[in-house]
Amino acid sequence: MTDFTIRVDQNKYLPAGSQEVHGIITVEASGPVRSASVAEAAEVIIIDTSGSMSYGKINDARKAAQAAVDTLRDGVHFAVISGNHQAEVIFPGSGRLAPADFHSRQAAKEAIARLRAEGGTAMGRWLRRAADLFSAHQAEHPGAIRHAILLTDGKNEHEPAPEFDANLAYSAGKFVCDCRGVGTDWVVAEVRRIGSTLLGSVMDVRRPEELEADFRAMTEAAMGKTVADIALRVWAPRAAKLNFVKQVSPALEDLTGRRTEVDALTGDYPTGAWGGETREYHVSVSVPPGNVGQEMRAALVKLVQPATGEVMASGNILAQWSDDPVQSTRINPRVAHYTGQQELASLIQEGLQARNDGDVETATARLGKARGIAERAGNEETAKLLDKVIDVDPATGTARLKRVVDKADEIALDTRSVRTVRMRKDPES
Amino acid sequence: MVNGACPACGTRVLAGEAFCESCGHDLSTAPAGPCTACGACAVGPDGYCENCGMLQPTGRDHVEIEAAYSAAVSDRGLRHSRNEDAMALLPGGQGAVVAVVCDGVSSSPRPDEASQAAADVAAAAIVKRLADGDDAQAATREAVRLAADAVAAAARPGEDSPACTYVSAIVLGRQVTVGWVGDSRAYWLGGQSALLTEDDATPGTHMLTAWLGADAGEVVPHVRTFTTDGPGAVLLCSDGLWNYYPEPEALAATALHDTPLVAARRLVRLAIEAGGHDNITVAIIPFGQGERTDTTVAFPKERSD
Repeated sequence: MTDFTIRVDQNKYLPAGSQEVHGIITVEASGPVRSASVAEAAEVIIIDTSGSMSYGKINDARKAAQAAVDTLRDGVHFAVISGNHQAEVIFPGSGRLAPADFHSRQAAKEAIARLRAEGGTAMGRWLRRAADLFSAHQAEHPGAIRHAILLTDGKNEHEPAPEFDANLAYSAGKFVCDCRGVGTDWVVAEVRRIGSTLLGSVMDVRRPEELEADFRAMTEAAMGKTVADIALRVWAPRAAKLNFVKQVSPALEDLTGRRTEVDALTGDYPTGAWGGETREYHVSVSVPPGNVGQEMRAALVKLVQPATGEVMASGNILAQWSDDPVQSTRINPRVAHYTGQQELASLIQEGLQARNDGDVETATARLGKARGIAERAGNEETAKLLDKVIDVDPATGTARLKRVVDKADEIALDTRSVRTVRMRKDPES
Repeated sequence: MVNGACPACGTRVLAGEAFCESCGHDLSTAPAGPCTACGACAVGPDGYCENCGMLQPTGRDHVEIEAAYSAAVSDRGLRHSRNEDAMALLPGGQGAVVAVVCDGVSSSPRPDEASQAAADVAAAAIVKRLADGDDAQAATREAVRLAADAVAAAARPGEDSPACTYVSAIVLGRQVTVGWVGDSRAYWLGGQSALLTEDDATPGTHMLTAWLGADAGEVVPHVRTFTTDGPGAVLLCSDGLWNYYPEPEALAATALHDTPLVAARRLVRLAIEAGGHDNITVAIIPFGQGERTDTTVAFPKERSD
């Protein structure tokens, strides 16, 4: 069984009359590497086979999908979906998931080899198809890890927005989906919405030939998950307001709107499946003003399995009013770090948006400021990507947008803006 | 605990009772009725109201003990929401007096429970060991071992370990045996007043280098015995007092010319008036009273370490 621990980093001291409390919740999952329920795990590989995938991309997509199939452990139930303006389950033919073994892998790889690129793009329909496969599987294997890989290279052009919204909402909670965009014609915001809703990662793949290694790594990571459908359960006092609940590491993900009410004071926020890994969350609460010396619990954060009600770990975010400014003005370094990481992501996204809108002044200001934060906080990869869209004079700090920017660099910067780094130096280690 | 029913067996219990007469349930940790802030009957076992979140006072905001001609006073102070100090004062056999002061580490979970458990366990252990014939040093070491175990056992998976400091004094005949872990102190107040302990803390800071707790490793207490003819008093205190009044002479001037209870109250009051930043606990055991006229040695001589 996976063991969870929760650690809370915060400064609980508030100046008298102050109301806003912040805490960084570090959740660490550890335990056996191999899951006892491998045979119940389910994996669906979704390959974009729209017309734009032709000219070589489809060839690399085939190889990547085959590598993913090869990485599946024996007994894992799987399927492969070919997606264009429709969704076709090309393996297995039974309409349900098939357990992985030598023969099923061979059959799946042969089906993948026959994939042809033609037609449009309707990702919501692909997801709905996968959701139905997972639902049928879950009925027989409750608690199974359910994971999908989605590969696309283009815009979601052949599905009306309301239908896409409905299909995405239909799929939420039924599986975790890691998304990959290949080439430069896909829309980061669109794919990010899928990744966010389905609690998976979103990454850009610059060259199609990189897909194979990436798919293998993603499948291996999925095979390492040991427990599904874990939620962060947050209680806040009656008179308090829960401002937000966000995942801040390994990537930013605002979970605030994903609340499922447990009771009047408590809500569950989905976190998907866990293997041996560490994630961090930022919780902010506004509490009613209190008197100096009084202490209160501003939030109780638990990691739970909502299906069984089992509590795996818990931690308190506290508030205590103090008239000692040395206590109350100190900012917890971890809170400061992740506040900076959120600002960095916003600056990049706003800057790129302004750049596309032709607002050079805003774009330069946002991206120039982002470059400085990235450097100071240790976001080396982000700093390198920023250097491809903006020049900053190290002596004067003057920023200037580059005239010519590779579209792939812009996509990479946008996609990776939500990925955070951990604190460079942990003051407690 | 106000008058009410035992939460374990339902038997009627009276205010001030520490244990249920019927089933023995420890009432000191039981919820103290409705929330003092919002009135909801929703105080959880960890002391926070499950409706409004407010931490409940533990009934230890101000505590006074008088026993064996000695006294101890503990107070929440002004800045902390609860009193995380704890103390015990018991008569031992043959005229011995046993005092223990423990200071819960605020950054650890449930430090008030840790300090109370340590003080209770240690004081009882010393009395029992002395009765069994152990000398004061052996009794002190055994008491620290048991107190450390009690605090370590309070740790729960998935959270930091509860932790507290420890200082004890056994006054028996002409001897004072002091044992400590952390930065709670023992002073000799009399002719040539002196600090008897050396803080387990990085000098100039409050960073403890030793404490009782599951994360403390093996706890090795300092144990020292002093011999004196008095007169004077042994004072145990938490840093809530000595942060403001570290000088032995100043403490002696304030404490020596009153009954122990009045003196302890006065020292606590002074610490509060100086800012009351921390919880304050003071225990005073008079020494050699009635023998003032035939004092031969004013400063206690250390016998061993």
